[in-house]
Amino acid sequence: MTNSPPLQDHSILETARRQVLEQGTGLAREQLLDVLRLPDEALPALLELAHQVRLRHCGEEVEVEGIISIKTGGCPEDCHFCSQSGLFDSPVRGVWLDIAELVKAAKETAATGATEFCIVAAVRGPDIKLMNQVKFAIDRIKQEVDINIACSLGMLTRRQVDQLAGWGVHRYNHNLETARSFFPQVVTTHTYEERLETCAMVKDAGMELCCGALIGMGETVEQRAELAAQLAALEPHEVPLNFLNPRPGTPLQEQQVMDGKDALRAIAAFRLAMPATVLRYAGGRELTLGDLGTRDGLLGGINAVIVGNYLTTLGRPATADLNLLVDLNMPIKELQETL
Amino acid sequence: MNTEDLLPPPETPYCELCGLPLQPLSLHGDAPKQEKDDGGDAPPSFHHARCADLLQLEPPRFCASCGRRLRVQVSPLGWWASCSRHGLHAS
Repeated sequence: MTNSPPLQDHSILETARRQVLEQGTGLAREQLLDVLRLPDEALPALLELAHQVRLRHCGEEVEVEGIISIKTGGCPEDCHFCSQSGLFDSPVRGVWLDIAELVKAAKETAATGATEFCIVAAVRGPDIKLMNQVKFAIDRIKQEVDINIACSLGMLTRRQVDQLAGWGVHRYNHNLETARSFFPQVVTTHTYEERLETCAMVKDAGMELCCGALIGMGETVEQRAELAAQLAALEPHEVPLNFLNPRPGTPLQEQQVMDGKDALRAIAAFRLAMPATVLRYAGGRELTLGDLGTRDGLLGGINAVIVGNYLTTLGRPATADLNLLVDLNMPIKELQETL
Repeated sequence: MNTEDLLPPPETPYCELCGLPLQPLSLHGDAPKQEKDDGGDAPPSFHHARCADLLQLEPPRFCASCGRRLRVQVSPLGWWASCSRHGLHAS
């Protein structure tokens, strides 16, 4: 057990220690707001507590994943943070990835020690052409690579959910992105309820639900607490935590990059909301947290990383994250069948 | 001024992030005509220094030879970018 620094006079930390660390019950929305409002001097104690919660309820292993876009750009949706929307004047052009390249990327990802490979498409939902491509890709990857396959293809029908589960997709990503109360300011082409419907169908079909957040879009701390509580209510297997990287041409291109300490507070708050969930570092961390902050987050509640690059932007070199895990004495989670 | 004065010579390289010429466009020593001053501390001539910083976390978006927008595919451990005129280059 790691020695923790004194918790100072911040009662929410004592509450969290009893409720989350000892009993395994996540904090509620108002409690999370107290966490997000903790002053800077309480941040080290908060991160240490979140780390202890992660170790006790998730273990010391870190889950490593690679992600790739099978269909880039030209999306009909208007998610204001996204450079792949066809409705914005973004420099990102439409590209379809061929299956041979996809398999090659899966092999390279597996060689890093990653156990997850997520195939992503910039669509409202998959059409028959995309579903056929994905099935072909899954078959080829399963033949040639030992890695779990996840997908993120937008909103699904019941039939598509069942098809993906039947093809051996073990986890499906569909993010809430932000709090229900802030969502209409970020997306107008579909509703929060539509996102929740896909999430519910994914769980019903027996796939693991990966449902994440994108913070730093101008939401309030109250809305950040609201989001963490709404995600916790969904009981996802994994929550990828993204930080806004303002993209040229999007409505959020002028948004300030989120403060690093606020990002670390959010990481700890999400861990305290969901003590046993896989909490993954995702996009934007390089910009928001830098190298030192990346380390702080891994010692503050994070227990999974996206290795290497993202869908349209570059990440830290894979070796940098893998070496950091070695430095922190955090073993990489090994492959296991979940379906 | 003839509008041809504003066109870069064919060999002028372009910024791979913003797509603007790296050299001033005017033959008369004026500020580049396609760049906008954003009102910040740095004059437009420094914009590409910021672009160079940003390219540490971005693949190229525009062809360095002609400024055309690139088709870009990013993968976990690399990227490739394709120009309709100048072909493919990769990480």
